[in-house]
Amino acid sequence: MALLELRGLNKHFGGLHVTNSVDLVLEAGEIHCLIGPNGAGKSTLFRLILGEHHPGSGDILFAGENITALKPFARIHRGLSVKFQVPGVFKGLSVRQNLEIALQRTHRSVELAREIDRLLTFLNLEAEQMQTAGNLSHGQKQWLEIGMAISLKPQLLLLDEPTAGMSPEETHQTGEMVQRLNADGMTVLAIEHDMAFVRQVAQRVTVLHLGQVFAQGSIDEIVADERVAAIYLGQAHA
Amino acid sequence: MNGLPGFLRLLEGPQTVGRGPAFWIVFAIVFAMACAYPLFSDGYTVGNTVYFFVWVFIALSLCLIWGYGGSLSFGQTAFFGIAGYSYGILTLNFGSAYGFTLVALVLAIAIAALFALLLGYFMFFGRIAGVFLGIVTLAVTLMLERFMAQTAGPEWRIGVARLNGFNGMSAMPPLTIPWPGGDIVLFADIGLYYAVLGLLLLVYLGLRILMNSAFGNVIVAIRENPERAEMLGYDVRKYQLITFVIGAALAGISGVLYTVWGQYITPSSMGMTAAALPLIWVAVGGRSDLTSTLIGTLVVLAAFQALTIYGSQYALVFMGVLLVLTVLIAPNGLVLGVMNLISRLATRRSKGDV
Repeated sequence: MALLELRGLNKHFGGLHVTNSVDLVLEAGEIHCLIGPNGAGKSTLFRLILGEHHPGSGDILFAGENITALKPFARIHRGLSVKFQVPGVFKGLSVRQNLEIALQRTHRSVELAREIDRLLTFLNLEAEQMQTAGNLSHGQKQWLEIGMAISLKPQLLLLDEPTAGMSPEETHQTGEMVQRLNADGMTVLAIEHDMAFVRQVAQRVTVLHLGQVFAQGSIDEIVADERVAAIYLGQAHA
Repeated sequence: MNGLPGFLRLLEGPQTVGRGPAFWIVFAIVFAMACAYPLFSDGYTVGNTVYFFVWVFIALSLCLIWGYGGSLSFGQTAFFGIAGYSYGILTLNFGSAYGFTLVALVLAIAIAALFALLLGYFMFFGRIAGVFLGIVTLAVTLMLERFMAQTAGPEWRIGVARLNGFNGMSAMPPLTIPWPGGDIVLFADIGLYYAVLGLLLLVYLGLRILMNSAFGNVIVAIRENPERAEMLGYDVRKYQLITFVIGAALAGISGVLYTVWGQYITPSSMGMTAAALPLIWVAVGGRSDLTSTLIGTLVVLAAFQALTIYGSQYALVFMGVLLVLTVLIAPNGLVLGVMNLISRLATRRSKGDV
């Protein structure tokens, strides 16, 4: 069953055709990675899915419902959640308060405190809970934001470069976490440059190039595709 | 969560400085002193203190919208003026019998809040933010001042109330509480002092509860990162609009109280200087905390008045210098800086004991 369906999405910035008739179907329960060179339109596609940008034409269907006209917060209510490329934590607030803000829409009082504690343990940030989020290391900020995103218990989790700035070990841990969430039924769409991460988690890969879907398949098929290597993997392996 | 400890917990949280028994004991002592103060003073001085208290509400409104919400509003004096004029127009037309002045107080604040609802709807749902919000609100304030200043002619009247252009309106009745055996009239001395002090206590505690609630969390989240807040499922525009309307109502309280205190209101209460001064009080005190704003406003106002005796132009220059110094030395506010220092020292000492 398709959880997310993009139909002929077009977006122009002035004369620049950022996404060009993008069709993409995301099956419920899969981990899907979106790759492509810089400027391929990956982050723009995320912003279209989230409602921060509006497409010039085309439709976005989520769980069978056309959400193209919905405001971003309403899409979150439908079961979407996102971790941004640049860590989007509340820098001036404590780690604990960051999580509280994420969780308080769905949890109250004692249950809320218990859920925050559970997440702090899960993210390995217990010792830092009273620290100002702006003082965390880059990797910790990434984890905190991932924690905020998954705390909404979304049906579809969008991850924009979740492992940027992480060590290989942290990257692997993030991959394991994504797989655990997926095992619990969460569908994941991730933009990622780190091929080790893609190889670890992706069940299907879509290559975006110049705003168009360039290739789609398993990671092995993508790696074997010489056209893809020419535009992307060649650079990545260089 | 019952009883006094439960109530105190509602008042404490990461958004407000001051927690624990020590803080609330000091708070109770200060409040008791404020209650006893008129017994040891004369009517004129008490009336002057009321004047200081009157301004605290508009300072708190700016603390809420700017300090917590992150939206710099120059428009607080517009709501101040709207409420003040509304009170004048209502009471000059309908008098003070049957407790109508109290109804007029509520209505005037509601009119200011309604105006903020309209203005705020177009601003926040039009996604106006940052410096543009400041420009729009300042323009509205100055436009209102210009408009009211040209209402000198006899054709500018609402009912029997003349707007009187630059001279402003005057002679509206003071707040009057209906009472068996004779109405209680709150003139600008002891009577009004206790009424305003009580209102100030209610507003201060109410705002502490609001800011430490889930709602307050969302407000500071929007200040820190509106995009992230929206992507956690919060309708940012709605929260900003509600905060703006609450702020306008608080500024409206100041406007009505100022009008009943002096029994006059003029367009200059919405002018450039009037719009800038609250920003200075709040910035100097510490805009991101209610208590700092409250203390800072009272201290700066008292200093300003003392200086005005020697020459009002110098006092204004001094305010400018004070703002520059604050921005350079303690950008989070002088009072807030001192309070944070005290709490750090207190924590260090208690840790040293262990």
